[in-house]
Amino acid sequence: MTIEVKNIVKKFGSFAALDNVDLKVGKGELLALLGPSGSGKTTLLRIIAGLDWPDAGEVTIDGEDALGHGASERHVGFVFQHYALFRHMTVFENVAFGLRVQPRAVRKDEATIRARVKELLDLVQLDWLANRYPSQLSGGQRQRIALARALAIEPRILLLDEPFGALDAKVRKELRQWLRSLHNEIHVTSIFVTHDQEEALEVANRVVVMDKGRIEQIGSPGEVYDNPATAFVHGFIGESIVLPVEVTGGSVRLGDRPLNIAADGAVSGASKLFVRRHDMQIGPAGTGSLEGAVRHVRSFGPIQRAEVALTGGEGKTVIEIDAPRDRELQAGEIIGLQPRRYRIFAAQD
Amino acid sequence: MSTQTTFVTPAARLQAYSSTADLAISPPSGRDASTRARATAASKDLRSEPGPIRFIIIALAVSFLTIFVVLPLVVVFASAFSKGVTAYFAALAEPEALSAIRLTLLVAAISVALNLVFGVIAAWAIAKFEFPGKTFLITLIDLPFSVSPVISGLVFVLLFGAQGYWGTWLQAHNVHILFAVPGIALATIFVTFPFVARSLIPLMQEQGTQEEEAAISLGASGLQTFFRVTLPNIKWGLLYGVLLCNARAMGEFGAVSVVSGHIRGETNTMPLLVEILYNEYQFVASFAIASLLAMLALITLVVKTVLEQRLDEGQPPRDEPSDH
Repeated sequence: MTIEVKNIVKKFGSFAALDNVDLKVGKGELLALLGPSGSGKTTLLRIIAGLDWPDAGEVTIDGEDALGHGASERHVGFVFQHYALFRHMTVFENVAFGLRVQPRAVRKDEATIRARVKELLDLVQLDWLANRYPSQLSGGQRQRIALARALAIEPRILLLDEPFGALDAKVRKELRQWLRSLHNEIHVTSIFVTHDQEEALEVANRVVVMDKGRIEQIGSPGEVYDNPATAFVHGFIGESIVLPVEVTGGSVRLGDRPLNIAADGAVSGASKLFVRRHDMQIGPAGTGSLEGAVRHVRSFGPIQRAEVALTGGEGKTVIEIDAPRDRELQAGEIIGLQPRRYRIFAAQD
Repeated sequence: MSTQTTFVTPAARLQAYSSTADLAISPPSGRDASTRARATAASKDLRSEPGPIRFIIIALAVSFLTIFVVLPLVVVFASAFSKGVTAYFAALAEPEALSAIRLTLLVAAISVALNLVFGVIAAWAIAKFEFPGKTFLITLIDLPFSVSPVISGLVFVLLFGAQGYWGTWLQAHNVHILFAVPGIALATIFVTFPFVARSLIPLMQEQGTQEEEAAISLGASGLQTFFRVTLPNIKWGLLYGVLLCNARAMGEFGAVSVVSGHIRGETNTMPLLVEILYNEYQFVASFAIASLLAMLALITLVVKTVLEQRLDEGQPPRDEPSDH
């Protein structure tokens, strides 16, 4: 099922939660809405579900106008961050709810409902919990039940609001992989909201990066990581070194130190240079266009992370770089640095 | 998401425990229970007080309770049975007494039923929606508690009395409100309105709207959502409010006294009859009726304790159990 969102505007008082948002989601996609809190991602999800209404704009699901229908008629599965399981019902009744409230004319008989619930509990591998109450389950189990409950109505699309946000790191990781494989199995068009970039990059086919009610970039996980469209995306996704630089004509300077890199068409003026931690080339003192003193080195796994105080430039700038283990760094050592891959964006303020 | 006013304030509790009719209004929540647990932990430190002081404090509390609470209750029953069991039941079997009991039950049934509906609607509006004037509405709900019951009664006299705003019209159309059952019911509804609403609002605020949203997204209609999700979640709080509402409706004196007209055998409720009989030196009859009201209070206390336990259990801690 496809979803199309056009020119959506939503204001809370004078605060624009969504500022002219356009989005198309293709059939069978697993899309992540990624952004910091207050970026409007949850509001957008709730508008698609029919739990909130936009001030202006259009939402169509499969070419059919959705805004003319309430949430109960949209046939959309919604999974809440805090599960929102019905606390007075057993797990079984929670999952069966959507089937039991159907209009009499289309409601299945009891045996069919029981079989369907059993099937869903098997799907989320929790059939042994059917007679428990939500308060007796762990967070991860509750979220899987919430998902089974949403899938019971055979939703046209599945919407998940920070589905793993309330879980601890280890369970979160397990559930991520599980959600991915579940999506491969059932292929329902899905959108999930998250503020966790790792989650978005790992689970989604396509990532929508949002900030301040606007979409900053839409792309595959590789695209948004390797080719960030804006300074915000570069800073939000992955760890970046950010240096305030001055672009004049084709040359780039950090303070009074010229950097031996091309401006790549960046507009003249105050700008920001973004470099990934691992994209800083390290050499002996005097080799790169930057120079700094290593202050502190931590080694773990395949990398060593060094804190480097840059010399030159205005004041003391300390950056963190990641270097491979094959060249041992020592605290106190003076090294030369050269950005290998980088992006320059005009400074916004 | 939004900061909302909750009703569980120490002042409310204090005021609430001051008489049997005005029982506690705020149902305990899970959070309350934890506060209580902390309070018990703190009281351990107080055991460092020397023995005699501890003894004096406890003795003071106990004697105070005995003089002001236990003794009056004992006196009520003692006076009621002072001429023997036969006199007691004879007094209750008097037509006037039976009429008062019937009227009290009828008025309580009407006002509890209506306040149940109004209370749920008011609590729903306040707990689940944001709208301008909400704080004002919350304050307004408390008005019947803060105003003297006599004034609550007088308001209805002003509205429906012969010299009142609508009096002439009512008289012309032969509608009897004052000095009749409708007037007594109206005054009682006014006085008891806050109980259901106030016991539900904190509960509903704490529960939020997510379960309702989940139900709607699963295709449930508004009514299905209310009866299958909202109502089961608030049922203990609702019963709690109804219980207190009922206790007050049966025991209300001031407001009812103003609008009743004291027509013997017709518009006297039990509390009114107690006063009339007492003034006529019929002590056994007076205390016999009073003993029924006292028993109502005792039963209410027991049920209230049971409901408070259910409410505590019904609020599972929000913290996540650890994953394995």
